[in-house]
Amino acid sequence: MIITKGITKAYGGTVVVDDVSIALPTRGITSIIGPNGAGKSTMLSIISRLLGMDAGTVTVDGMDVTKTPGDVLARRLSILRQDNHMSARLTVADLVAFGRYPYSKGRLTVEDKRHIDEAIAYLNLEDLRGRFLDELSGGQRQRAFVAMVLCQDTDYVLLDEPLNNLDMKHAMGMMKLMRRAANELGKTVVLVLHDINFASWYSDYIVAMKDGKVVNHGSTEDIINPDALRAIYDMNINVHEIGGQRISLFYD
Amino acid sequence: MADVLMMARRRVEPAHVLAILCAVAVLCVVLFMTLGARGSWSFIIPFRGAKVAQMALVGYAIAVSTVLFQTVTHNRILTPSIMGFDAMYVLIQTTLVFFIGGLATATIDPRLMFVLETVLMVAFALALFRWLFTGAQRSLHLLVLVGIIIGTFFRSFSSFMQRIIDPNEFAILQDRFFASFNTVNSELLLISSILIGAVSVVAWRIHSTFDVLALGRENAINLGVDYNRVVRLILILVAILVSVSTALVGPVTFFGLLVANLAYIMIGSARHRHVIPAAALLAFICLVGGQMLLERVFAFNTALSIIIEFLGGVVFILLILRGAAR
Repeated sequence: MIITKGITKAYGGTVVVDDVSIALPTRGITSIIGPNGAGKSTMLSIISRLLGMDAGTVTVDGMDVTKTPGDVLARRLSILRQDNHMSARLTVADLVAFGRYPYSKGRLTVEDKRHIDEAIAYLNLEDLRGRFLDELSGGQRQRAFVAMVLCQDTDYVLLDEPLNNLDMKHAMGMMKLMRRAANELGKTVVLVLHDINFASWYSDYIVAMKDGKVVNHGSTEDIINPDALRAIYDMNINVHEIGGQRISLFYD
Repeated sequence: MADVLMMARRRVEPAHVLAILCAVAVLCVVLFMTLGARGSWSFIIPFRGAKVAQMALVGYAIAVSTVLFQTVTHNRILTPSIMGFDAMYVLIQTTLVFFIGGLATATIDPRLMFVLETVLMVAFALALFRWLFTGAQRSLHLLVLVGIIIGTFFRSFSSFMQRIIDPNEFAILQDRFFASFNTVNSELLLISSILIGAVSVVAWRIHSTFDVLALGRENAINLGVDYNRVVRLILILVAILVSVSTALVGPVTFFGLLVANLAYIMIGSARHRHVIPAAALLAFICLVGGQMLLERVFAFNTALSIIIEFLGGVVFILLILRGAAR
């Protein structure tokens, strides 16, 4: 269970995350939605200790993220952000192998190699495993990074806007994959999403943020309805039920 | 064509590249020690041996410091000198000569000077790091940028003092700032070896983090690296290595760039366990081989630092043209 207590982060005088206390459910997919500048990515960065906070605490299974040794936490929680610029030239297999670093510190065991092969197979990257990352398309690169995170074999997987720069097909593939990871591997997946229809279709739990605060959280039914969405986005959003799933239409 | 080159490059095992480099290095040493040797061996061996030892220390220091610096900054056209490390050395020397005179500075124990310089350089690196990493902006690029500006400030301040200094004193300074691989600082060899040994031990203990750091700050933290601690430690190591090489031969700008990038190309992967030894061996080969050619072929008609800086500068321009600066 990820529990935040009063986390606050300000840049200069601007408060980006304002006294957020929330418990994210274990297992399944939790989506964080909200307008631009709501503090979604900042909160995810704070939870995953990429960013320090000005006040508050974050615990993952009872471990304080700012005090727990990095490698202990790295075996429990993984984070993937969007821009993964790197100067080193790596193959897909090299990158995925880094997911085992928290366990083996660079000396791969037979067990590690098995995890690497599994992660590569899970993302259908077998044909690309010897290719360099800069020879891949955006979607393939994205999959390679997700394979690294899965190879890290953590209970909690945090992804910051994983659908950015992906076309419909790849975006859907990514979400289906997260669904499988949650169902088959029992992972807790936390995503920051902009497309509320993806959130509605694939999430078990939705957290809505606005102006640095959590304004609403609950099951998909609680959040994906016109009243709740108007409070989050300040606009009229029609919600239709299609095949048992809620779809929002916001084109005016 | 590029693909064919790529394929050819991939097929050579890093271990083979290292073995070949080792062989070339040994060949260079043998030739350097024996070519044109006239007179007593009891003179030649210590005389040329000291030169080889100094070149080994300097080559190792420059290669390792550049590769590590490029790893933590995620940029392959940066060298530690861009952060103002060399400029700081120039400023210390200029200030000393300016205030106490060239003759008085020459009488100070060089080991004492060396320790003082190293301490100042490490303090400088730490101050930069502390100031930038405890503030709100935790950006390594800002650190480098500030380093460049401080370096420019150091250089301007030094050249201002050099302009108003006694011309004789200026000549002493000029001599000191011109990198020379031929004169051996025998007093400093022992202390340099000890420092480099200590740096190597520390670097060995954290070497598994190097490859991870190349993935960027966020990925490194995700994989459990204590990023701030490790980067600070690496910057300290780099500062010590740069002090050793500048104290032994003077400031060198492009040499590290040259050997680091040659090493990346020859090894073909980014694994530090291969790249660092390759870069160190290449640096050693360039220095010993270059010095040998200079002495035997060009009959001391030019200085090694000029050739090396010229080649390094050409590589630098090529890298920028090829867009490796991203």
